[in-house]
Amino acid sequence: MSFIINLAYFAAAVLFIVGLKQMASPVTARRGIVWAGWGMVLATVVTFLHPEVVGFVNYLLILLGIGIGGGVAWYTGKRVAMTDMPQMIALYNGMGGGAAAGIGIVALMQADTLAWTTQFIAVLGIIIGSVAFSGSLVAFAKLQGLLKKSIRFDRQQKINLGVLGGTLLLGLIIAFSGSQVNGTLLLLFVLLALAFGVLMTIPIGGADMPVIISLYNALTGLAVGFKGLVLDNAALMIAGVVVGSAGTLLTQLMAKAMNRPLSNVLFSQFGETATEEQGEVTGTLKPIESSDAGIMMAYANKVIIVPGYGMAVAQAQHKIWELTQRLQERGVDVKFAIHPVAGRMPGHMNVLLAEAGVPYDLIYDLDEINTEFKTADVAVVIGANDVVNPVARSNPESPIYGMPILNVDEAKNVIVIKRGKGAGFSGVENHLFYADNTRMLYGDGQKVAGELVAAVKELG
Amino acid sequence: MIEGFVALYIFMLAAFTGYEVISKVPVILHTPLMSGSNFVHGIVLVGTMVALGHAETGMQQLVGFVAVILAAGNAVGGYVVTERMLEMFKSSKGNQ
Repeated sequence: MSFIINLAYFAAAVLFIVGLKQMASPVTARRGIVWAGWGMVLATVVTFLHPEVVGFVNYLLILLGIGIGGGVAWYTGKRVAMTDMPQMIALYNGMGGGAAAGIGIVALMQADTLAWTTQFIAVLGIIIGSVAFSGSLVAFAKLQGLLKKSIRFDRQQKINLGVLGGTLLLGLIIAFSGSQVNGTLLLLFVLLALAFGVLMTIPIGGADMPVIISLYNALTGLAVGFKGLVLDNAALMIAGVVVGSAGTLLTQLMAKAMNRPLSNVLFSQFGETATEEQGEVTGTLKPIESSDAGIMMAYANKVIIVPGYGMAVAQAQHKIWELTQRLQERGVDVKFAIHPVAGRMPGHMNVLLAEAGVPYDLIYDLDEINTEFKTADVAVVIGANDVVNPVARSNPESPIYGMPILNVDEAKNVIVIKRGKGAGFSGVENHLFYADNTRMLYGDGQKVAGELVAAVKELG
Repeated sequence: MIEGFVALYIFMLAAFTGYEVISKVPVILHTPLMSGSNFVHGIVLVGTMVALGHAETGMQQLVGFVAVILAAGNAVGGYVVTERMLEMFKSSKGNQ
């Protein structure tokens, strides 16, 4: 029996790794998640035969638990809107962290059977799992709009350090207390670890949340790996550690794409304070009508569309795709340019465009397309602001200076679709809007996109 | 069963595997891949099943039960949202 179980775990580990590998390319990604899914089913089913799973009541509780947790997650996962995906991932990830901590707690309650090394690793796993759990819940609350402000107070870093120190100290006491793990101490330890997760996350601004979610994802993986050690389970060890390192790399890639070193995200206060020094804006805002903008695009050779989160909020992506198809029928070369921070996290905008039916091979990221703006007749900016602000290139005084931007201003004509006047997320005035080759098309994204479609259609 | 150093080797090799597997991922897949790796650590479900499976006291059963619920949520939720996202990625050439 043990041979069959181990064989199944081995197969699951292989399926996970191959699945993740396939998920790294858009062509095979769909297959990848299905393979990993089968790995999960296999590992779960075979665990019912595990020699350590005993007792009728326990079997019943396991089935009930899977039913409740799986059922609720299935229901919410099927219904969640694509725009809300980042916080949903945070929530599911937090649950995994909590589960890992739970394994450690049960193991410590039965500490008479553990070696001290195992006990030490169980303690580590509880800390990491608990932090990932409570931290992810805070991240969820922030992105969902339940928690609006970043909470900061005096001597915050010192207090956080104190809480972390207390957690580690209690953890050490527990790890070396042999089989006599004190229940009250254990409870206090878990509560402190949870508190640290909350304290660590509340000062971080909403814009940085994706990086934090990714970090907690990696941490949960690591906690799961540690639990694999505690339980002598290689499947947990391999899957957990693979996610731990892949998640760390992903976190670094995201932080790099957003031009925000991880240490800055964790320990600095950017994102809320906009400086007043913005330099002089020259030129005027020049409005344009939808019909004229439509004609301009219809007779262009090459159009590049730059969508931002505002487009998704206005639910304009379907109309934009329709506009793209109309233009393509007229022989216009249409491409989409995505900035890494478009949407709520890197890659989020691609998901939103994919939902509208835009094929992924029309979508280009910053490095691929930035040289092409020079050859574009029209660049259409919809719902994006800071990521196309040339100030990031030219003015060292600006708070967004140094952030890589899309060089939209190099296109022959620029059309900016915008709900109204006003600065972007960072509060910085956008010089692109005042440029000689820029025309402003005011209105709700979805309505304007519809008008553009109509304008192009009229030309036959 | 898994002795100290063997465990260490497993950790080391798994860490490099994770790093290699996604080292060339394009930005467009960052969100789905994060979601996908989130699903993979849903394997914690297996661990919680074992933990609850040999729980002895009522308290252990309670903690184990909550852990199983959370883990099942991680695994199922992670799968559903990842699959929904990846299902939508299509090439204009029609091949998937």
